[in-house]
Amino acid sequence: MDAAVPLHDCRDAFVQTLEALAADDEQIVAVCNDSVGSSKLGRFGERWPERLINVGIAEQNMVGVGAGLANGGKIPFVCGASCFLTGRALEQIKADVAYSATNVKLCGISSGMAYGELGPTHHSIEDFAWIRVLPGITIVAPADPVETAGAVRWAATHEGAVFLRLSRVGVPDIFPPDHGFEPGKANTLREGDDLTIIANGTLTHRTIAAADMLRESGIEARVLNMATVAPIDVDAIVAAATETGAILTCEEHSVHGGLGSAVAEVVVEKHPVAMRILGVPGIFAPTGSANFLLDEFGMSPDGIAEAARTLVARKG
Amino acid sequence: MNIISLEDTARKIRLADLETVFRAGAGHIGGEMSAIDILTALYFHVLRIDPTHPDDPERDRFVLSKGHTACALYVTLAERGFIEREDLATFLQPHSALNGHPNRVKVPGVETNTGPLGHGLPVGVGMAKAAQMSATKWRVFVLCGDGELQEGSNWEAAMAAAQFGLDNLSLIIDHNRLQQGARLAETNALAPIADKFSAFGWATTEINGHDIGEIADALDANQIVEGKPRCIIAHTNKGRGISFMEDKVEWHHKVPNQEQYEQARIELGGAR
Repeated sequence: MDAAVPLHDCRDAFVQTLEALAADDEQIVAVCNDSVGSSKLGRFGERWPERLINVGIAEQNMVGVGAGLANGGKIPFVCGASCFLTGRALEQIKADVAYSATNVKLCGISSGMAYGELGPTHHSIEDFAWIRVLPGITIVAPADPVETAGAVRWAATHEGAVFLRLSRVGVPDIFPPDHGFEPGKANTLREGDDLTIIANGTLTHRTIAAADMLRESGIEARVLNMATVAPIDVDAIVAAATETGAILTCEEHSVHGGLGSAVAEVVVEKHPVAMRILGVPGIFAPTGSANFLLDEFGMSPDGIAEAARTLVARKG
Repeated sequence: MNIISLEDTARKIRLADLETVFRAGAGHIGGEMSAIDILTALYFHVLRIDPTHPDDPERDRFVLSKGHTACALYVTLAERGFIEREDLATFLQPHSALNGHPNRVKVPGVETNTGPLGHGLPVGVGMAKAAQMSATKWRVFVLCGDGELQEGSNWEAAMAAAQFGLDNLSLIIDHNRLQQGARLAETNALAPIADKFSAFGWATTEINGHDIGEIADALDANQIVEGKPRCIIAHTNKGRGISFMEDKVEWHHKVPNQEQYEQARIELGGAR
């Protein structure tokens, strides 16, 4: 990556947007599990101490409290490290949030392998899979600060459960400041007919770089940023399959059950084409930073481009 | 408070619960009988609720954390006018709103979907916290089983409730001393429950969970201890009111046969 390109921690856009919304709507509250620092809620707590509800290190209670606050008319943003929020409190997410149809905004901070060297206990590469099977929760994994801010603004006004999958791993600006976030709609970031590469979150900018490399070698890759994993953009996937004949997916998640699986479910039913799913290959990751591990698992721009070339060759 | 009238309401609810379980061929009748006096006191004396406005933002909240006793809640909601009495005939039938565990989306008066144990108190803490933050104060009542307290999430919530000073929250423990497979004492005794909650910072009291006057008094707003959530340990009998069910582990979810049903009806004062 070009060292001159500034990188952003999307948690900053998350809390700046949340604070701006909270200033206008006193029903917005934040709930956390001793994660004030890691969720960057310090300033929120200084501005509205009574609206920052820290339940301590207790994720099951955190999610239940969020559901109760929603019952009482609040708009709770329930923030915690995604690995603990989704793993520890999954049954609360199922029963109290999804099945009870409550207006809870689950904010999985430092998702994917953001905790890198802390190891697989702290990685959250299962969360798409776990949450995706629960009816009624919209899942959004934004790719840059603008998309993060848009997703937070949308979540606050949407009546229903949302899982915002956020990262702390630096990403460059992708969208112009006036980009409007539309839930359930993929964004075409590069046009192309030879194959489609679908990504979200921290993989989107890597995928753009890969597409630019592919163009130099004569392969025109369509790039779709698919921030919303549920409900998935069926039309964009069918168009990609129909018009480009091959689909490569990239995600900071296990290859099982995540974005790639969601895309594959559409492809096999609607328009089968050659596919490849890049992600964490069904193992507990070795020691390393998130960026190191993404490269290690073949998701450097070079690795993505190479996987794309192989896939295009398979098209015949 | 007309105790005689409340006791008769509880008797009617027991009878309707028996009929509903018998007709459906399934239910959790033991724990329903143990909870019905508490439900009666709540729905017919304590809760500030309006069946014609079940979503009134200022309503008191009741959470049946022991969601497997949903039938008792449905019967109570029917008796109180939230749902039609005729709806009870659909209990557990295909596409019925009356599932084996309560669903707030389908049943007016239900606040949150329970079933897995240990969910009600955390949600109740959130409801009480919302009330604490609001200008007008509603109260929150959570009814849980005693065996249910073996779930750790309750104790997470118990700590938070005390930390937040949620004196608008009352937890009622249906202490019938039996769980699905055995007696608590043989499984995970939990004793001393009162001392545990006191140590967790709650105002704790123990009552006879079948004395409606005592239940109503314990839940009265004048019993609130400022700054402390309230734990009411209601000593009850599983299967209460039906002699052959009382205090029997197997009646957790056994269904009476025709002969047992007839006898139970007589014991509950139902017509032959």
